[in-house]
Amino acid sequence: MSRLFPFHGGLKTVRHKTESNALPIEPGPLPRRLVVPLRQHMGNVAKPSVQPGDRVLKGQMIGQADGYISAAVHAPSSGVVAAVEPRPVPHPSGLADLCVIIETDGEDRWIEREPVDYRRLHPSDLRNALRNAGVVGLGGAVFPSAVKLNPGGHCERVDTLILNGAECEPWITCDDRIMRERAAEIVAGLAVMAHLLEPLKVLIGIEDDKPEAIAAMTAACAGTGYTVRAVPTRYPSGSVKQLIFLLTGREIPEQGLPLDIGVQCFNVATAHAVHRAIAHGEPVLSRIVTVTGHVQRPRNIDVLLGTRFADLIAQCGGYRDGVERLIMGGPMMGFALHNDDVPVTKATNCILAASAEQLTPEQPVMPCIRCGACVDVCPANLLPQQLYWFARAREFDKARDHALFGCIECGCCSYVCPSHIPLVQYYRYAKNEIWAREQEKEKAELARQRHQARQERLEREKQEREAKLRQKAPPRAAAETGTETTGGAG
Amino acid sequence: MRRFQTITSPHVLLETSVGQVMRRVLYAMLPGVAALVWFFGWGVLVNLAIATAVALVAEATMLAARGKPLAAHLGDCSAVVTAWLLAVALPPLAPWWLTTIGVLSAIVVAKHLYGGLGYNPFNPAMVGYVVLLISFPREMSTWLIPHGVGQTQALTLAETLRAIFLGAPVVDALTGATPLDVLRTKMGLGLSVAEIRNSPVFGLVSGHGWEWAVLGFLAGGLWLIYTRAADWRIPTGMLGGLALISTVLYLINPQKYAPPWFHLWSGAAIFGAFFIATDPVTASATPRGRLIYGAGIGVLVYIIRAFGGYPDGVAFSVLLMNIAAPTIDLYTPPRVFGARRG
Ligand code: SF4
Ligand code: SF4
Repeated sequence: MSRLFPFHGGLKTVRHKTESNALPIEPGPLPRRLVVPLRQHMGNVAKPSVQPGDRVLKGQMIGQADGYISAAVHAPSSGVVAAVEPRPVPHPSGLADLCVIIETDGEDRWIEREPVDYRRLHPSDLRNALRNAGVVGLGGAVFPSAVKLNPGGHCERVDTLILNGAECEPWITCDDRIMRERAAEIVAGLAVMAHLLEPLKVLIGIEDDKPEAIAAMTAACAGTGYTVRAVPTRYPSGSVKQLIFLLTGREIPEQGLPLDIGVQCFNVATAHAVHRAIAHGEPVLSRIVTVTGHVQRPRNIDVLLGTRFADLIAQCGGYRDGVERLIMGGPMMGFALHNDDVPVTKATNCILAASAEQLTPEQPVMPCIRCGACVDVCPANLLPQQLYWFARAREFDKARDHALFGCIECGCCSYVCPSHIPLVQYYRYAKNEIWAREQEKEKAELARQRHQARQERLEREKQEREAKLRQKAPPRAAAETGTETTGGAG
Repeated sequence: MRRFQTITSPHVLLETSVGQVMRRVLYAMLPGVAALVWFFGWGVLVNLAIATAVALVAEATMLAARGKPLAAHLGDCSAVVTAWLLAVALPPLAPWWLTTIGVLSAIVVAKHLYGGLGYNPFNPAMVGYVVLLISFPREMSTWLIPHGVGQTQALTLAETLRAIFLGAPVVDALTGATPLDVLRTKMGLGLSVAEIRNSPVFGLVSGHGWEWAVLGFLAGGLWLIYTRAADWRIPTGMLGGLALISTVLYLINPQKYAPPWFHLWSGAAIFGAFFIATDPVTASATPRGRLIYGAGIGVLVYIIRAFGGYPDGVAFSVLLMNIAAPTIDLYTPPRVFGARRG
């Protein structure tokens, strides 16, 4: 057994896992209507491939992957396409995004499924199959898995493949349950990933507050050579950078990727989805969602994508009295939703209906007293109080120089700040400002190039006109414009 | 459809506040204050009361003048902490106006005129102390003789109040110099450290009576570290720095230089290390920087004690290092996760 490498900082937070992790995963409802966003992944939004009025079967592609960093989207059940239009989606902005709305027919009729033997498939065909099955990171980052399974020229080789079952956020238990109940399928999916990446080592990291999951995964790994490692329960051990460091002692550069250090990392639910896609020909149509907090019967539900949050809350017996905030994700990094009439997407790992007692009441923000509590807990080893000064003073260049982009927005600093400063909010703001400025710059550069091209074109046309004129003009005039013509051609 | 409030993450926070941190500092001072009261009488408590009252009035006035919310800022207790830090450092029979001037300098000038909580570059309590030390050197060095030294009778509360508020003279036999003063003046007479320390002002390790107060402040200070209300790096740096330089000089010439344990246990070394230097606002903010910041104070304290014009140097050392803190921060950033080593 090799050793663990504890990361700097982090927190012992409240856990609240037992509320939802006792019951087995329950199938979700088959709603009359599914609202399926075409942007459920990082990268380009999928191109709609159906029109209103089309009949669709369960598993039929309704949105095509558009470009390399993209993923397909499928009909979660059979029925008729009612509309393809913008609808509110779970996003902090509360804005609408393009969705395919399907009136289900209740038959849940499958399209013909085509399981494949991954060992026989060419790697690029295998990755294509995953892209077309809409497989993305189900831990919440929703990055297309096919891209991550193609190390290409990015590094010499991936020597370590890591499966992330840490699940460090309070309240969330969907990974815990899926590991307990579907360990064999997860490991089968992991085998597909290992087949593509050919790592020397395969490690599975699970926080030690999930003994049942550890036992199930260890049993499923018997004879595979994959190692299950229990890691200490300490937020944010499930963050990619921290988990990789914990298990290997290697640090991902500030703005780098795991591939930069020869590691690749996937969530356990993603491995499960890979297995379903390859061995059963089933695209990603559903995901496990933890519905917890101040609801009557918290639990984990296997939910069809496009199901409304409100329907899931209803399945859990409804809200209890006094729910104040509806959070998608956990209390540390999740975001509060404006309302519960939004669909579940591939990124929805948890719906937390929080009461006042389960939240921290808003408190007056005091000046920073430079106590350094934030420094002690920052897993990125930054100086959060200094970044805060820079962000507040709009000194974005300085913030960037002080590794603003190394901030993983884990919220540890805000959590411990005695002055109750919403630190993470300042970092997000600063990052957005910097991105916006860069885009401005790019736009300006583009405009400049366009302007220049136009100028050159006009100049060329003028010269061409003049050249034509010269042919008809007397010889004396041609001699005068001669230098100009050669200059323009050069 | 149900609507909800939207606030950014994190949605749960640790139960902590500036007020809690400051109150912890106050609690942590109690054992040391109790020892001071025991050995120096009512005057210590009267000073604390005057300082607290003046500080609260000054703080409220300044907050109102600067248009800040009163309740939130008065409740943070930072003014009371400043008042106590200063009061504890004053002679037990300091006249009321001395305490008042000191506290006003601290709260009005050093704190609020420099921007208020979180913005002041200098430790307010130490600014107040230094103002008094420079302006009223005589009043500042008239200490009571600790209870139990010689044939003295403790002053009653009434006598104490008369002395503080009316300036009633105190019997000369009751007042005396602090142990560090004694060490200083007698060294000037050419006596060796060992001879001087036979004087009854000295107890087991350092000054009689004083050493118990030091023990109290050490206990409170360790508790502060334990509760993380203070950063361990600053006292470690400061006491380490003081210990190192005093050991070196003691080894060179034990006749001329007091031993390290005497230095560590005398004057405001322990109190300063745990309670004054640890003021986060004016200290260095980086982890390594705090060790350096502390060490700087420790070394300066020794230099002032051994070679300077004042018997103790905690206040001056802290203020000097306050100036250096931003520069220290600049050169001691932590290694960011993922940054190349070296
Ligand atoms: S925890 Fe808050 S008050 Fe303390 S240094 Fe950090 S930002 Fe400032
Ligand atoms: S949110 Fe950013 S600055 Fe704050 S603790 Fe996490 S990584 Fe550090």
